[in-house]
Amino acid sequence: MLEIKNLHASIDGKEILRGINLTVKPGEIHAIMGPNGSGKSTLASVLTGREGYEITQGSISFENHNLLELAPAERAQAGIFLAFQYPVEIPGVSNIYLLKAALNAVRKAHGLTELDAMDFLSLVKEKLNLVEMDQDFLYRAVNEGFSGGEKKRNEILQMAILEPKLAILDETDSGLDIDALKIVSHGVNALRSPDRSMIVITHYQRLLDYIIPDYVHVLSQGRIIKSGGRELAKELEAQGYGWITEKNTDTENKTQ
Amino acid sequence: MSQAALDTLISQEYKYGFVTDIEADTLPCGLNEDVIRLISAKKNEPEFMLNWRLQAFRHWLTMKEPHWSSTHYSPIDYQAISYYSAPKLKNRPKSLAEVDPKLLQTYEKLGIPLHEREILAGVAVDAVFDSVSVATSFKGKLAELGIIFCSFSEAVKEHPELIEKYLGTVVPHTDNFFASLNSAVFTDGSFVYIPKGVRCPMELSTYFRINAANTGQFERTLIIADEGSYVSYLEGCTAPMRDENQLHAAVVELIALDNAEIKYSTVQNWYPGDEEGRGGIFNFVTKRGLCRGIKSKISWTQVETGSAITWKYPSVILEGDYSVGEFYSVALTNHRQQADTGTKMVHIGKNTRSTIISKGIAAGHGQNAYRGLVKILKNATNARNYTQCDSLLMGEHCGAHTFPYIEVKNKTAQVEHEASTSKISADQLFYCQQRGISTEDAVSMIVNGFCKAVFRELPMEFAVEAQKLLGVSLEGSIG
Ligand SMILES: Nc1ncnc2c1ncn2[C@@H]1O[C@H](COP(=O)(O)OP(=O)(O)OP(=O)(O)O)[C@@H](O)[C@H]1O
Ligand SMILES: [Mg+2]
Repeated sequence: MLEIKNLHASIDGKEILRGINLTVKPGEIHAIMGPNGSGKSTLASVLTGREGYEITQGSISFENHNLLELAPAERAQAGIFLAFQYPVEIPGVSNIYLLKAALNAVRKAHGLTELDAMDFLSLVKEKLNLVEMDQDFLYRAVNEGFSGGEKKRNEILQMAILEPKLAILDETDSGLDIDALKIVSHGVNALRSPDRSMIVITHYQRLLDYIIPDYVHVLSQGRIIKSGGRELAKELEAQGYGWITEKNTDTENKTQ
Repeated sequence: MSQAALDTLISQEYKYGFVTDIEADTLPCGLNEDVIRLISAKKNEPEFMLNWRLQAFRHWLTMKEPHWSSTHYSPIDYQAISYYSAPKLKNRPKSLAEVDPKLLQTYEKLGIPLHEREILAGVAVDAVFDSVSVATSFKGKLAELGIIFCSFSEAVKEHPELIEKYLGTVVPHTDNFFASLNSAVFTDGSFVYIPKGVRCPMELSTYFRINAANTGQFERTLIIADEGSYVSYLEGCTAPMRDENQLHAAVVELIALDNAEIKYSTVQNWYPGDEEGRGGIFNFVTKRGLCRGIKSKISWTQVETGSAITWKYPSVILEGDYSVGEFYSVALTNHRQQADTGTKMVHIGKNTRSTIISKGIAAGHGQNAYRGLVKILKNATNARNYTQCDSLLMGEHCGAHTFPYIEVKNKTAQVEHEASTSKISADQLFYCQQRGISTEDAVSMIVNGFCKAVFRELPMEFAVEAQKLLGVSLEGSIG
């Protein structure tokens, strides 16, 4: 589904991603952990085509297409969804308006007709229940005045409606209280399916108790320095990143 | 989003640039008393009208063109303008079938199919084409209610007593340079009278369109809402592409008597000039409403996307006790456009209230100024005003400026002012794009969201058009 090979990306001439390799197969969940500033959000931005990044080396293919050739909206239409670390507020644009415009844009790209108002509303209501959000949120401006946790839930609502093939969750758990964490995880798990993959970026092993990953990767200074199963997350929780990052620099030093 | 990308996005060609070739009956350039006499004679006006025009002209000669606004333009040569131009029509058409097919084509291109509009929207259209009205509809239905909705020239002939009584009572012929010029040379416009206790059952609408090249356009509109009546009036326009700058100096007077309400909505989309600002229309308008009666109400709602230069301050004089004035405005400037717009709310009566919501959007090298005056006179006990001015900047080369003036002569007054300036953010755009929405749709969505408080005030039909227009004005060619 997704194949990232030797990806190097920089901002303003500063190299942030320094040779990422990652393969995600349909239905898999990959967790990405790593210290602050290691490049996790940058990877998400590059995958979704945010402006300002220069890809200096490497390739990304998504369902056998060169992802780097697609504009951000086209990537979204192709089924890539990003639940943002910091969802932005859009004053005056109602949540339901954005949802409808998004869903219809994606449907249109697949040659489907726009959903009529009734069908759309019943779909939205069903998904609202999934993330236990009140209907009032539909008529408020996008993320405006939402609490941190509400913003994150709203991201999952959008994801549930758009039904992406590849969902990237960037620290969706941060800022959530325990109950909200359970609700959001439940929402995410409900969307698990053999043909939907996820990349879950998190700092906390706790999330991975609810959303159980197939693989855990550690990103440090723009590289995946360790990969493993879900038990890797537990080790990290207990010991921090020091032991691998040090080991990694050791090996680097030795090879030089 | 990069500056270059934003620049391409917001630079798009004017979609309505074409000139309809209708043989015009045009006066040679120049202005003197003879020209005014000729205009008056061509229109078969009664004596009082001619005298009023001449008075205005003589006063105008003593005035100087004002330059206090923040707009810049090369001097206007008033002798190089032709002051009269009319499409050749021997008899006024009684139905669309009698209307020049070319004119109908023009409306088609503008997306204003008159016939559909009449049926679907129940809108009576008094179309002003090159200063003379050529199509009118729904007259009969309105007439049954005693509503008068006709061209200004027709009103001068059919209802001279109303014209003589109200003309110039809100904007006197001495008011300002451009209003005096208009009073001297105006060729046509619209007239509305709503009788006592009548609620006008449909939106009254006029589409203006400037056509013959090098012709000054001087419209005059007068709307009177008698006691306890209500009317909603829509004014909208687009114009064809041309080279010379065109002066447009309209005057609109609104009068609301006891318990009457007038809602006046405008969508203005005149040719803004090319990317360098060449050839756009100069729009110097005087719009003023007088809340003469107790509990009367006047609302101005405007969406301004066109013209090279806009100089426009729809105002309300709150004379009657408990009267209400409102001003809702969206002004968009792109490329080299300059807009200096705002409002004046003059509180004279007791317990008068006014609300001002202004949304300025500047893109390209556009300059957008809000200039507002809230004036509370000595006897205006318990007057209240709320003003909110928000500016949205798109890109690095544009500017937004706010000049709020407040004069309070009564201690019981409450005046509130809020202002903000923001930039359309790359984060907002990317958020929408990441949800599959194209860049153009995303920009239009964000800008429309910014303008929501104003669009909410527009009649439904118009709101949809205004949103489209903003989309079109900002859409372009992002790579
Ligand atoms: N626009 C930018 N200009 C310069 N440096 C940037 C820019 N954006 C990100 N960076 C840098 O890139 C590095 C990676 O940032 P990124 O946001 O990807 O980290 P992260 O792994 O998501 O961290 P966190 O866990 O704190 O969210 C950081 O050092 C950051 O300062
Ligand atoms: Mg991050």
